[in-house]
Amino acid sequence: MRGFEYASPTTKEQAVSLLGSSDDDAMALAGGTDLLSLMKDDIVAPRRLVNLKDVAELRGIRLLPDGSLRIGALVTVQELLDNAIVKRGYASLIHAADGITSPQIRAMGTVGGDLCQRPRCWYYRAGFGLLAKDKDGAALVPEGDNRYHAILGNTGPAYFVNPSSLAPALIALGAKLHIFGSGGQVEMNLENFFAAPTSANEKEYRLKPNEIVTEIIVPSAGGWKNATYEVRQKESLDWPLAAASVALKMSGKTIESARVVLGHVAPVPWRSGEAQAYLAGKTISEQVAETAGTLAVARASAMSHNGYKIQLARVAVKRAIMKAAQGGQR
Amino acid sequence: MSDEKKPDKQGLSRRGFLKASGISLSVPLVLNYRMVKAAGAEVKVLGPGKAPIQLTINSKPFTAEVEPRVTLLEALRNDLDLTGAKRVCDRATCGACTVIMDGKPVYSCSVLAIEAQGKKITTVEGLMQGERLHPVQQAFVDNDAQQCGYCTPGFVVACKAFLDKNPNPTPEEVKRGLGGNLCRCGTYVGVRAAVLQASRGRKGGQRG
Repeated sequence: MRGFEYASPTTKEQAVSLLGSSDDDAMALAGGTDLLSLMKDDIVAPRRLVNLKDVAELRGIRLLPDGSLRIGALVTVQELLDNAIVKRGYASLIHAADGITSPQIRAMGTVGGDLCQRPRCWYYRAGFGLLAKDKDGAALVPEGDNRYHAILGNTGPAYFVNPSSLAPALIALGAKLHIFGSGGQVEMNLENFFAAPTSANEKEYRLKPNEIVTEIIVPSAGGWKNATYEVRQKESLDWPLAAASVALKMSGKTIESARVVLGHVAPVPWRSGEAQAYLAGKTISEQVAETAGTLAVARASAMSHNGYKIQLARVAVKRAIMKAAQGGQR
Repeated sequence: MSDEKKPDKQGLSRRGFLKASGISLSVPLVLNYRMVKAAGAEVKVLGPGKAPIQLTINSKPFTAEVEPRVTLLEALRNDLDLTGAKRVCDRATCGACTVIMDGKPVYSCSVLAIEAQGKKITTVEGLMQGERLHPVQQAFVDNDAQQCGYCTPGFVVACKAFLDKNPNPTPEEVKRGLGGNLCRCGTYVGVRAAVLQASRGRKGGQRG
């Protein structure tokens, strides 16, 4: 790891002021489980780290007067799992957080860090860049070892999958994100935070080098049955191969409205408009859930080694819908 | 970037200070940090050179001089002669470096030594009670819960942290609760039996 300066401010204003105009100048440190690894591999090399863990206002989970839930960006995954309000109404978040199976990662890793962790794409991690090109500018992924890469939104130049465990659940629950920068606070839908990069100097999320995520606002899940289903190769210490989070507004056995978001299948958390449109007005059944799964991957396309993920994603959507309809119990 | 003094300017003023005060240059004068103005406050910025740190490990105070880039694991092993925690993946994915920080299991490879100041740190060296093994350590011995032994210190610490939070776990909870540690020899059955034995506080774990 290259040398760097270290500062530990106590307010978000100080933190933003200590950041710079590029990641080479400075980067924000939260749980550290991803950032320090990236620095050890020389994928990023900031001249300064700004530790956010002493900024008290970035912590805490609380209900807001309008019934929505405010989750501080520095809340750890374990704190999220242990929170009584989250446990009561947000099953899909619990399922997703529970999928982060290492107790150490849960104790260290933060909600903001989960959203801002960088892709696990091994080309990126090996120094070929986020868009993974060889020295002549040819894309390495489509004919390379792409067994964990994207099956949706994979027309290039980005082929990696978004690594966030919590983003699909939060997006399906309608979460908003608060970002603080030199211009003050900005609110955006979490869904709009993510964008597939189109050039090498872009990231997969919209956060300037001198901005920080401060909190996530999740609307009341009252009336929305929600669940997450992950398909994984290993039970621990790895990311899922495919995941789906759903939120269903039900009236008896009828689905009035549905939100379906897939994880680990595209460069962004992938909302399936097709599955959502199909589900609206349907009476819940295994057959309906299965058809929704099939529609969710209707536009999927395999690269040379990841065709199996299409089936996994289809099944993840089906099982997440059934799990939500049954009350989101594990 | 915030309003801050350039390092060369600082160097000049240090020389100026030395000249003016007549202190011999052979006396080390270490400027370990500088103050940077950020949002109306003065914030201490350390490094990239060494800075003194104070750590509380196994209830004892330790001091060292480390660069900000030094991880807690490196400080333990290289500066403080506490070599129980092992460096294996060094990327927060294997658990061999696990220590307990403020009651929570953490990968010490992914904590900076400088940010571990003010925290209560327990390493595997702090588990023995006098000459007696900690119940988790004894259970590892009784259940053959190690082969090559490289993952063992991290596993023992992770098991202690798990049992502190879940004193009476089911076998399924044990399995899930140790999901942050890898054993390439595959001694998981022994480790799980050890945890169940330690949770019951008696000799003779149950395999399978």
